[in-house]
Amino acid sequence: MTDEIFKEYEEKLPKLIIDEIKANLPEKADAAKVRKILEAVHAEYEKSKLDAGECVGLLSAQSIGEQGTQATLDTFHFSGVSEMNVTMGLPRIIEILDARKTISTPMMEIYLNAPYNQKENVKKQALLVKEIKLKDVATEFLVNIADMIIKVDIDEQKLKDLDLTLANLSKTLSKAMKSLKIKQDTVSIIAKLEDKDANLNSLYKLKEKLKETHISGIKGVTQVLPVKRGSEYIVLTAGSNLKAVLALEWVDKERTTSNDIYEIAATLGIEAARETIIDELLKVIKAQGLKIDIRHLMIISDTMCVSGAIKGITRYGVVNEKSSVLARASFETPIKHIMRASLVGEEDKLHSVIENVMLNQVVPLGTGMPVLKAKKKE
Amino acid sequence: MAEKEQKHTIIPKHTKLSEKEKQELFKKYDLTIKELPKILDIDPAIAHLDAKEGDVVKIARKSLTAGESMYYRSVTHG
Repeated sequence: MTDEIFKEYEEKLPKLIIDEIKANLPEKADAAKVRKILEAVHAEYEKSKLDAGECVGLLSAQSIGEQGTQATLDTFHFSGVSEMNVTMGLPRIIEILDARKTISTPMMEIYLNAPYNQKENVKKQALLVKEIKLKDVATEFLVNIADMIIKVDIDEQKLKDLDLTLANLSKTLSKAMKSLKIKQDTVSIIAKLEDKDANLNSLYKLKEKLKETHISGIKGVTQVLPVKRGSEYIVLTAGSNLKAVLALEWVDKERTTSNDIYEIAATLGIEAARETIIDELLKVIKAQGLKIDIRHLMIISDTMCVSGAIKGITRYGVVNEKSSVLARASFETPIKHIMRASLVGEEDKLHSVIENVMLNQVVPLGTGMPVLKAKKKE
Repeated sequence: MAEKEQKHTIIPKHTKLSEKEKQELFKKYDLTIKELPKILDIDPAIAHLDAKEGDVVKIARKSLTAGESMYYRSVTHG
């Protein structure tokens, strides 16, 4: 009986409120009482709604801006465990809102499938993710000028930790460097330049190139750190490459995340990116001990994601999408916008706030919104 | 060529609206498809829906303030 009444209100009230009422409902409540409760809650809910024409964007901007003054200007925060730096504070907020393509500290949180998420296994899996270059497993690079060869001494213990052998190491090397002749010794690898007019200079260049050759792991991941989270172990990484990580079969594809918004958008979609923007902003705000209502963050991240791709709050992003020339000009680089508009003969319909402020007119907000429309007499 | 749906804790559920549901939505909120937020047709989250330009995708977001909230995006060519 009461279920029907709840169903009726499902359209009118958000799910969270209905769930809360259901949970706190006294057992003896009959249908009439439930209806009364819901009516009262609904009335209260309607009262708490914003009026039409409320300037929500402005409120959000001010709410975040005011709190932003309290945020520390430049902090490097250690994320739980030391060793790994994460940009926090105001620089991170700016980074997110500007939707920077390259962020200063990209990070991933890699969740592992059982049984890899146990203490014994996590270290080995973490090493598999880390990007290994030849210089990481080598002890010495010897340049032999007489024979024009480079001898690379390999640390066998390190190789063993990585589950590699000298044989497949030389295989990956010869695949990566096709112009080289790779020979393998007992504890070393010999690379010979096949080029006839090879000189000393090119040999040294080759040595540097060899050092940076990718051996195993995922490109971009510079540091790995196994951390306990709840009852399982996860891997934190410095450097992010979500697509490659999600392709690994022992990685939990449903929970592994990155803090790079563009990577999330490319691999998980725009909705996930919106979610990440809110989460990342919340993380900074919480770490700084600030209080910003989440609704403000929601409206910002929604604005950044309306077009289906991420747009930062910059003159190239959301501001560029504004229809009014004057509004765009009032943000940054006014001359550029006005010149371009005059060249193509752009029209400004004066539908928004800033352009009306400029022209000393009533802004279309709140009570300034309703307008009179006269009907022509036939 | 429906691909398998990609599951992730931060991807909300995406569903494609039928033509009838679409018209109901436009009527309910008194809007046209142009006024809806967009989603690119190459978006990984709707790869399994086989959505084309002009379709509307309904997204059931988990919301901290409302529990669950519905959001609609129109599919555009990206």
